[in-house]
Amino acid sequence: NRAPGPAWLGYSSPGSSLSLSLSNRTSLIDSTCSDLFLLSTRNDDLKEMLESNKDSLKLDAMKRIIALIATGKNASELFPAVVKNVASKNIELKKLVYVYLVRYAEEQQDLALLSISTFQRALKDPNQLIRASALRVLSSIRVPIIVPIMMLAIKEAASDMSPYVRKTSAHAIQKLYSLDPDQKEHLIEVIDKLLKDKSTLVAGSVVMAFEEVCPDRIDLIHKNYRKLCNLLVDVEEWGQVVIITMLTRYARTQFTSPWKEDGLFDENSETAFYESDEKKTKNGDEKKSYMMDPDHRLLLRNTKPLLQSRNTAVVVSVAQLYWHLAPKHEVGVITKSLVRLLRSHREVQYVVLQNIATMSIQRKGMFEPYMKSFYVRSTDATHIKSLKLEILTSLANEANISTILREFQTYVKSQDKQFAAGTIQAIGRCATNISEVTDTCLQGLVLLLSNRDETVVAESVVVIKKLLQTQPTQHSDIIKHMAKLFDNIAVPMARASILWLMGEYCERVPQIAPDVLRKMAKSFTSEEDIVKLQTVNLAAKLYLTNSKQTKLLTQYILNLGKYDQNYDIRDRTRFIRQLIVPNEKSGALGKYARRILLAPKPAPVLESTYKDRDRYQLGTLSHTINTKASGYLELSDWPAVAPDQSVRNVEVIEPVMIHLYFYYPCPLITQMKLCVLESSSEAESDEEKSSSQSSEESDKSSSQSEKSSSESDSEQKKTTKKPPQKKTVKPTAKDRYYNELFNTYGYTVLSQSKCLSRSLFSLCILTPCPLSCAAALLQVSGPAFVPEKRHDLLHRMTGKGLSAQYQFPRQPCLYQPTMVSVQISLTNTTDHPLEQIHIGDRGPTGLDMHCFNTVECLLPEASVTVSLGVDFNDSTQAANFQLCTKEDQFSVSIQPAVGELFLPATMTEQDFRKEQGKLLGMNESSATITMAAENTTRQPISRQVATVANLGVVPSGQDNIHRFAGKTASSGAVVLVTVELRESSAALITINTEKSVMGPMLLRDLKRALTRA
Amino acid sequence: MQLPAKMIHSLFLVNSSGDIFLEKHWKSVVSRSVCDYFFEAQERASEPENVPPVIPTPHHYLISVLRHRIYFVAVIQSEVPPLFVIEFLHRVVDTFQDYFGVCTEAAIKDNVVVVYELLEEMLDNGFPLATESNILKELIKPPTILRTVVNTITGSTNVGEQLPTGQLSVVPWRRTGVKYTNNEAYFDVVEEIDAIIDKSGSTITAEIQGVIDACVKLTGMPDLTLSFMNPRLLDDVSFHPCVRFKRWEAERILSFIPPDGNFRLLSYHVSCQNLVAIPVYVKHNITFREGSSQGRFELTLGPKQTMGKGLEAVLISSQLPRGVLNTNLNPSQGTYNFDPVTKLLSWDVGKINPQKLPSLKGSMSLQAGASKPDENPTINIQFKIQQSALSGLKVNRLDMYGEKYKPFKGIKYMTKAGKFQVLPAGTGLGFKKIIQYKYRTKHTSLQEGLNTT
Repeated sequence: NRAPGPAWLGYSSPGSSLSLSLSNRTSLIDSTCSDLFLLSTRNDDLKEMLESNKDSLKLDAMKRIIALIATGKNASELFPAVVKNVASKNIELKKLVYVYLVRYAEEQQDLALLSISTFQRALKDPNQLIRASALRVLSSIRVPIIVPIMMLAIKEAASDMSPYVRKTSAHAIQKLYSLDPDQKEHLIEVIDKLLKDKSTLVAGSVVMAFEEVCPDRIDLIHKNYRKLCNLLVDVEEWGQVVIITMLTRYARTQFTSPWKEDGLFDENSETAFYESDEKKTKNGDEKKSYMMDPDHRLLLRNTKPLLQSRNTAVVVSVAQLYWHLAPKHEVGVITKSLVRLLRSHREVQYVVLQNIATMSIQRKGMFEPYMKSFYVRSTDATHIKSLKLEILTSLANEANISTILREFQTYVKSQDKQFAAGTIQAIGRCATNISEVTDTCLQGLVLLLSNRDETVVAESVVVIKKLLQTQPTQHSDIIKHMAKLFDNIAVPMARASILWLMGEYCERVPQIAPDVLRKMAKSFTSEEDIVKLQTVNLAAKLYLTNSKQTKLLTQYILNLGKYDQNYDIRDRTRFIRQLIVPNEKSGALGKYARRILLAPKPAPVLESTYKDRDRYQLGTLSHTINTKASGYLELSDWPAVAPDQSVRNVEVIEPVMIHLYFYYPCPLITQMKLCVLESSSEAESDEEKSSSQSSEESDKSSSQSEKSSSESDSEQKKTTKKPPQKKTVKPTAKDRYYNELFNTYGYTVLSQSKCLSRSLFSLCILTPCPLSCAAALLQVSGPAFVPEKRHDLLHRMTGKGLSAQYQFPRQPCLYQPTMVSVQISLTNTTDHPLEQIHIGDRGPTGLDMHCFNTVECLLPEASVTVSLGVDFNDSTQAANFQLCTKEDQFSVSIQPAVGELFLPATMTEQDFRKEQGKLLGMNESSATITMAAENTTRQPISRQVATVANLGVVPSGQDNIHRFAGKTASSGAVVLVTVELRESSAALITINTEKSVMGPMLLRDLKRALTRA
Repeated sequence: MQLPAKMIHSLFLVNSSGDIFLEKHWKSVVSRSVCDYFFEAQERASEPENVPPVIPTPHHYLISVLRHRIYFVAVIQSEVPPLFVIEFLHRVVDTFQDYFGVCTEAAIKDNVVVVYELLEEMLDNGFPLATESNILKELIKPPTILRTVVNTITGSTNVGEQLPTGQLSVVPWRRTGVKYTNNEAYFDVVEEIDAIIDKSGSTITAEIQGVIDACVKLTGMPDLTLSFMNPRLLDDVSFHPCVRFKRWEAERILSFIPPDGNFRLLSYHVSCQNLVAIPVYVKHNITFREGSSQGRFELTLGPKQTMGKGLEAVLISSQLPRGVLNTNLNPSQGTYNFDPVTKLLSWDVGKINPQKLPSLKGSMSLQAGASKPDENPTINIQFKIQQSALSGLKVNRLDMYGEKYKPFKGIKYMTKAGKFQVLPAGTGLGFKKIIQYKYRTKHTSLQEGLNTT
């Protein structure tokens, strides 16, 4: 069975007898690629090695070829020889061939096509790693002709069982899009499908694909928004960055600005959020108050813990999210984390400092307490130093300026002269911003004029010049002082600046300016060009204001300038002479000479280069380089009116359940009502009664589950026949419990009632989770009854008299099918009534929970049982929350055993085997144990397994094999347990599930239970 | 039509002499001439560290990091968070170090195939795929001498055939099927103190940066909790992804399923608001006299607030002014070295004996005729204190759940100097003095000059 395609592609299949004819073919190819000699002679043997029969030789050759590629040498001549090995059995060889192929396929398109069939075959491989890597390579081959094949492969991989393969398909979307943008519409379909994926593995990659292919299709996000927010903490770091950036943009289009009436009503919205997850409408009129959209709050709440990430990119992306989305008074939380990043690598510091620089201009207060973190160290790189200076300057205010100036004083002395010059600029900015210190700064700068270093002096002069320009009236003494220092200053730029100052303010220093000009006249010929130009300037200005003293001097200088070597100076001289010296040829301009030369000049503005940089989204490349990078997506302004919020509502997968209730035949409804009423009277009933009841029933449970499935079938048929009855039912329901029953989510009482027939329950929960084809086969059955274990939630000592215990009733949760139901019994052991017992803060990263309604009052010695729904996300992570009374709050946590996270299921033995066949390899965990003596028959085994895990019994044809099945509550993944008895009380336990963490944990628990006597 | 693709396009490794010694492309090939822009920036920079990390070129953007004197230059085509790239590049360097022990040009060249395989696994289409060391090690086994020998004989490979299960689970950082005969978990609490001390010995800034590095070799899937005696000390923390945020927030307990092997569990910050004890003091007197070609140098140091633990591995270094030609100093212990080219003075003091404080005294010869250097050098100090964490952080207990065996647990504390600087005495006039400065309003010389014209 050779692959389709040219004959010689099958070369590498072992034992092929084609080798002879093949070598002929390859020699033919040789002649076409006759430029093989281009490779250095040393590498001549590579082709021979690749064509040998030994894998080790081939591998050596490939390694040398990779080394050639790595150093940038051209190895494309070997393409035909290499591509033949694409189907090699040796994994490493194969991988290296892939690397080669991806590198050169673009150049050798025709030959590359020959490898495609190999990948097509590998796409169907049972090993997910091979499927994934085949897709990776296939999609990396940039050959336009295979676009349809890629498209097909991506579509298939997008519905693969393995989330890893689905992740790869998300990556492939981007590759295909860049190869052929015409495929956009089809690709968007795939993206839409993958966005719905619940795996954390896929989330980051698909959002990346979304950002690249269709960032404007914000409508695809609506339904997935809440899911993305909730998954965020568990997504890998890189995905987090991409998702957070995308959600920032999303939020700016969907929510109203929280900045208008800042902070006033925020508290309200937060409590409103906790009260009800189903809140849909924004109540209250908008004119009066701002209410933060609960979804907006959800995003802020779920991203905050990521500030603690070790990944600096994640931290900064959360910081920018808060900066762009959070109410102003909440932005402060990011400060500490950003400052922490300053300890990281130099490059990280650079980017973080840039972002802080932009932030600190608008919000000095945020970083002022951390001012010392921005002090410059002599070991910092130059760009870091100047950023720190920038930030320190922005942070300066009346209160801290003296500290900052003292710090600057040490910087001026730095050996890094560029940095010293930057410091002088910074002092100048402080001086203009804070009028109290302008004089001090100015005088400090004047002192620096006597510094030995030229750069420092030059920079000081330039900065002084700018400062004086802003307020020239008061500082004639400084100008005089500069004139005095003029002789000692050698830096041309500084000299020129002083001359300009003299000229500009010559009327304030009427005696000194002419003298300076006299000195310049003496040294004119030996000055630098820039100084000469300013000398001519000064001469002209003085001629206009004080011609009596300077007429001769000016004439002399203009004469010198006329014969200067530099034509700029000659030009300038000629121009000035025509302008100022009156003669018969001078035109109309002469009249305006004074207004031209001595026009009032606007003072230069000393401001930060980081001002207004937040027009770019923080943390982006565009922000860093301060220009719009290609592919930059603008952050839109807040909408004036929030778009429809209901678009984000996801239909909770409840329809089957609810409808069954509503379409129930009348007698059953009444029966149910009775049950409810009965149970209500027993609500506070003692535990013993119920447990005895349950133990009686436990024997029946296994057969019951089978029955329930057949029953449910027949019930369903009835349902279709019966028209809706809810209209007739509802008005008659006056009873409190009954009302609660039909209150979409208020099934509290119902789920407590243990007497409610289980078959009825199983009917209600007819697997509303069509998550995967496997799950669809499953039918959830009623739980096997086992003695319930109670766990302490809150001890009465720590709870100040309030004690709480919890247990897992193993009923499907009615609030949401993905939740696990938990019962809590609250007891008041004090001598006074406890009021308003409710669930408080669940922490920023709390699991999804459905809380019980507040218990208004609990009398002394009384107890009450309430029920909760917790979505544990299929992990044994504890659910932490606060149990609150009117006065107190207690932090408590519910720690589920792994077995409690399942729902029991029934299936036929045949289906069981089929499912098991799909979950081999890494999805299987097994162990051989020695069973305790009494655990060798069916009943005790069933009981022990049921105690450990909420699984259903699968009927088995063999006496020595016992099978149990279930699905995980949250994602509906199949869990299969097989206990196979062997001789002499040995037994093999096998667990098959794609939840590779839960498998071993369950195995451990089962081992413990079955070996225990 | 080719659209600008996001994320990392290509990677070039450049050594300190400006040669590209490795290139890798994840998308179509970018000519290495793009690095010319980088070389330009490299030439302009006075020090290797001063090359800007982000360089825009007409068609690409170059984002680089410098580590172990190798520039890792990533080529980007369009908008991407720069930190994303920088963080990733650092992760690449960490991985190389993890695999080859050192990350040098020679090591990378020797292992070029493994490097290529690693880069291939770490990025798909420029987007990070597997960056966890535990997962990478399952995909590509690190080279060891033994394995190299075995591979050459048997023709077997370094490449794993199965997808590491961690990739799929909610514990992506831990490889599965870990087995040890000796189960051990070691934790090192290492604190670095950064401080700037002024000449009079008072602290300008001081802060402690701490990390807890772990080496965990435990069988199976252990679930650990680590609690502190004084968790409130920790001002700001960042975690390895394995740490459960919620438990920390609720109970101030670190609860985690550890990766296998070495990893950094936690980094934390103890800010200067909490009083930081400075463990060392320095008295120094460095003077230059105007007109003289000699300068005096005196330096003494001693322990201070070390909680009874000795100061070890003390090293003093200082960048002397350019005018200093040579030094003639006499250390009371240890060895000192002055490099007349770089003007770097370093003194390896070793251990400090509190009874006999070490000192370094002597003279410096200056360039004849040159004016007195207008600044005094800062002094950098390095030291170590064993068995003590300066902040006083103490681990309370370590518990293991989920596995039955009893592991061996160890904890070690250490304090090091980070950027610990002692500032020179101020020279020149301070701003305070400036305020009192009076300008002379009479400029006699100028007046006279005017009269003569």
